[in-house]
Amino acid sequence: MIGDVVGWLTDPAHWSGVDGIPTHLFEHVWYSLLAVVVAAAIALPLGLLIGHTGRGTFVVAGLANGLRALPTLGLLILFVILLSPHITGTLVYLLPSEIVLVLLAVPPILTSTYAGVQNVPPAVRDAAEGMGMTGFRVLTRVELPCALPLLLSGVRAATLQCIATATVAAYVSLGGFGRYVVDGLAQRDFPQMAAGAVLVAGLALVADALLVLLERLTVSPGVSGRFGEPAGAGGSGRVRGMSRMVQRFLPLRTNLSRQETS
Amino acid sequence: MKQYRALGGLAALALLTLTACGGGSSNPLSTASSAVPASASGSGSAPAGGAGSVTVGSANFPENVLLAEIYAGALKAKGVQVTKKLSIGSRETYIPGLQDGSIDVIPEYSGVLLQYFDKAATAVSSDDVYAALPKALPATLQVLEQSKAEDKDAIVVSKATADKYKLTSIADLAPVAKDLVLGGPPEFKTRPDGVPGLASKYSVTFKEFKALDVGGPLTVNALKNGQVQAADLFSTDSSIVTNGFVVLADPKSLYTAQNVLPLINKAKLTPAITEALNGVSAKLDTPTLTTLLAKVAVDKKEPADVAAEWLKTNGLG
Repeated sequence: MIGDVVGWLTDPAHWSGVDGIPTHLFEHVWYSLLAVVVAAAIALPLGLLIGHTGRGTFVVAGLANGLRALPTLGLLILFVILLSPHITGTLVYLLPSEIVLVLLAVPPILTSTYAGVQNVPPAVRDAAEGMGMTGFRVLTRVELPCALPLLLSGVRAATLQCIATATVAAYVSLGGFGRYVVDGLAQRDFPQMAAGAVLVAGLALVADALLVLLERLTVSPGVSGRFGEPAGAGGSGRVRGMSRMVQRFLPLRTNLSRQETS
Repeated sequence: MKQYRALGGLAALALLTLTACGGGSSNPLSTASSAVPASASGSGSAPAGGAGSVTVGSANFPENVLLAEIYAGALKAKGVQVTKKLSIGSRETYIPGLQDGSIDVIPEYSGVLLQYFDKAATAVSSDDVYAALPKALPATLQVLEQSKAEDKDAIVVSKATADKYKLTSIADLAPVAKDLVLGGPPEFKTRPDGVPGLASKYSVTFKEFKALDVGGPLTVNALKNGQVQAADLFSTDSSIVTNGFVVLADPKSLYTAQNVLPLINKAKLTPAITEALNGVSAKLDTPTLTTLLAKVAVDKKEPADVAAEWLKTNGLG
């Protein structure tokens, strides 16, 4: 069986043409990337807002987790049937596929974003406010960089889920590596089916590696842990209670904690 | 293999029937009249002279249940005592049941039935398949006359497409298919009677093939809404009636004939049964079956009621 799969993957005939691996790779990446970008465009601002204001956590968290429970395949076919009288061409299959992928990708990005922002140590937030930063600057200059590791892990989870689930697009006649899985099953061509699964897994690993690299490049060393815990992370309850008083001495305190940890 | 196993299990009955029938049952059209009295008196399981009693079975999908109800209704009308055992399962389950006497008669499809007993069968047209059946069937089983109704793969187009290109047969597609998109199940792309068969037998090559589902909602909706212009559906699909789709004729028999016909345990045959079931087969054709099936599948009527109504209007019930 493994030999068959390797044989299938190394057959030059499978590396060109409309049904070739490069074509389906491009389609698969395109479906997944589009879904993650759209999901991030929805979930990031919403997550930052919820995390920053602390409002709506309950409603949005419940909703986001509810979205995860939706059966993708059923939803996909429902959307195709609902939309097919109104849209012509391939869009009638692409749009529902993207909708279900976005619905899958939004919850991990959303929850990790607001959790990341909410988990920023209150002392740090207070310090920023104490320095006279506006709410927006606190969000972009302090909360966002601090939340970035968790936020990016949400993006990674969403990307993996999209790449794995983009296979359903093939169920409604589109391309991508799902084509091999769906066709292989229907044609009783199991090497083709297994090769499709291997390709999806391979793509997911590569995408994950790229996102880890992105994480390395974008997350501040101070947050990523090279300097240990960020300032004021421990005993946040006590610190929060004292925050008003501490605000005045913040520059001093920050210096102190740097010295302690380094 | 299956034939031998079944014969082994039913050696006594098979022997009786074989001796009773002698050599006169090779012609399918003559079996009904010549073999019946012999086997009836030989086995003794059917009351000689009476209308007889049978158990009607069916496979586990709506169309076959409906056909079984039609058979049951027609048999009752001729005074035959009928017991129903419907929705039994697949062919692998009910054929042994037919041979061991759990059921006596079941609606079957000629092509797949022939294939079941003769894996190497090559007959494709209705007449050839029907002619090949008696030789392939075990000696205990017999088919009566076949109806014109068929449930098989069909290339279907929308009314608009059919009118635009004046399509009545798959062959008419040859000059215009390059502008059309075909939809069907994923395996249709490589199946010998799928895309490759259309090309080799009819020189029909579509612009594109869209892999959808097996005669399901995706294919029907795509054809209805113009995402595809032609599709592979089952010839008795109720959506053909409800959407006014046009089934293209298959003059070169790309798809093996699947005529509906009764498969019966020979020992149970009586003239009344033969008359009742052949009466049904004479009146049944594909559009009729499709319309009746739509009443079950779309209007959610009881198969027994649909069957009774049709039998009545055709003077069979």
